Amino acid sequence: MGDLFSLKQNIASFFMEIGEMSFFSLRFFKELFTKPFEFKELLNQCYSMGNKSLLLVGVTGLILGVVFTLQTRPTLLNFGAVAWMPSMISISIVREIGPVIIALICAGRIGSSIGAEIGSMRVTEQIDAMEVSGTNPFKYLVVTRILAATLMLPILVIFGDFIALIGSAIVENMKGSVSFVFYFNQVFQALTFSDVFPATIKTFFFGFAIGLVGCFKGYTSKKGTAGVGKASNSAVVYTSMLLFIIDFIAVFVTDIFT
Amino acid sequence: MSITNKIENLKSDKAVLLVKDLYKGFGENKVLNGFNLTLFEGENLVLMGKSGSGKSVMIKCLVGLMHPDRGSVELLGQDIAQLSLSEMNNLRTNIGFLFQGSALYDSMTVRENLEFPLRRHTKKLTEEETDTLVMEALENVGLTHTVDWMPEELSGGMQRRIALARALILKPKIIFYDEPTTGLDPITAKEIILLILKIQEKFKTSSLIITHDVDCARVISNRMLLLLDGINYAEGTFKELSISEDPKIKAFFK
Ligand SMILES: Nc1ncnc2c1ncn2[C@@H]1O[C@H](COP(=O)(O)OP(=O)(O)OP(=O)(O)O)[C@@H](O)[C@H]1O
Ligand SMILES: [Mg+2]
Repeated sequence: MGDLFSLKQNIASFFMEIGEMSFFSLRFFKELFTKPFEFKELLNQCYSMGNKSLLLVGVTGLILGVVFTLQTRPTLLNFGAVAWMPSMISISIVREIGPVIIALICAGRIGSSIGAEIGSMRVTEQIDAMEVSGTNPFKYLVVTRILAATLMLPILVIFGDFIALIGSAIVENMKGSVSFVFYFNQVFQALTFSDVFPATIKTFFFGFAIGLVGCFKGYTSKKGTAGVGKASNSAVVYTSMLLFIIDFIAVFVTDIFT
Repeated sequence: MSITNKIENLKSDKAVLLVKDLYKGFGENKVLNGFNLTLFEGENLVLMGKSGSGKSVMIKCLVGLMHPDRGSVELLGQDIAQLSLSEMNNLRTNIGFLFQGSALYDSMTVRENLEFPLRRHTKKLTEEETDTLVMEALENVGLTHTVDWMPEELSGGMQRRIALARALILKPKIIFYDEPTTGLDPITAKEIILLILKIQEKFKTSSLIITHDVDCARVISNRMLLLLDGINYAEGTFKELSISEDPKIKAFFK
């Protein structure tokens, strides 16, 4: 009985949270279009997010490309289809694996640090201090971070995809003695607008989700240092889940239109 | 009662802050239940109350960081509930606020911390003017050498002093101090108290000081107010209250 009750409570609080987060995102859109705009802080955030994640995304992308190619190669070899390698790899990386893996990495890197940073600012009254200093903290902290994440994620994904393809090309170059020029020629022939466009649109939503959840968790974080840890932790968990949901919807929608 | 009346009659025409019948609760937890307060121009009013009695909640209602359930706050002659956000921000330029935990922006240097209210509140100061004001504020608290430090490099007492400098940088008419000496050793606490007195003398500000510290209250207060059970339980000078026979008041002075 007690278990059932706590389950019911958990489900209720889950939906409450979704409701609150919806209000939070509505507020984002409302404040996004009202003056003043915090351009300087936006640029700051874009720079720091890119700077923080570039190496991580690069390394992940490289390993992804290398491993993926190594794993696929024997199968394609069996079917005598190894010439398909560049197009197959590029399509799967650009359409699906690249965006999802890199978004997950960024959820861990960017989302958690937003959650922790804003959470600790909340707990130590820095957000209140901002408000007293005539600054709208929602605009200054939240709007800029969500926007920066939305803008930076596509760039990071494109960068990661590119590095992954380089990784794959290195493997092909060594194992199959395919030249880089030939490899990338194949890649660009294989990739069509309908591969790249939906995948890129999707990454904007990924970025938005990462920024939104991180900010929401931090901004509404509870008093005490435990609150900060929880904010940053649950930012990652919620974002990861949300990313898969967005991905599912995106694939579904793309499927309808193509 | 007689004490309260005396002060009400004293000089109410020069009140810079009038709090009337303030109520604030969080769900079942009723924190303020009809709290009243008057702050006169140029005075140091000390507010004492037990931990968790709602002192921070009250002071946050004064600057619009929290919204009371009922009651009114009149700051420098303006009812803050009636103000738009930009009017409120305008009014806030006249107010300094020292937070309980200093609340320095930990991603910014000391200089950037001090520049923040300047750049936000006052349009178009030149770099030179900004720099002069920053250095002047640091001089007031005796920490000019820390201008390029990060908050984490400062000790707790230094952080409090920087926070004080930040609260002062716009030369406010009223300053709210939320437990300026809590968490500091007695010597550093004394330094902060002397600093507050020095600043008050220099800038002729009116101050509302929240504290637990009886020594601090004795040195600093022109008048005191006890917050108990969500209301202003007693008012008077330090001397008047410290000889009170009421056991609830006595408890504060041990
Ligand atoms: N944001 C909030 N949400 C819910 N309850 C709150 C909130 N802020 C304060 N409270 C509650 O209000 C009461 C008063 O808190 P407040 O911080 O004003 O105490 P205080 O008098 O400043 O104590 P201290 O001397 O320890 O700082 C406490 O019971 C606290 O739990
Ligand atoms: Mg307090």
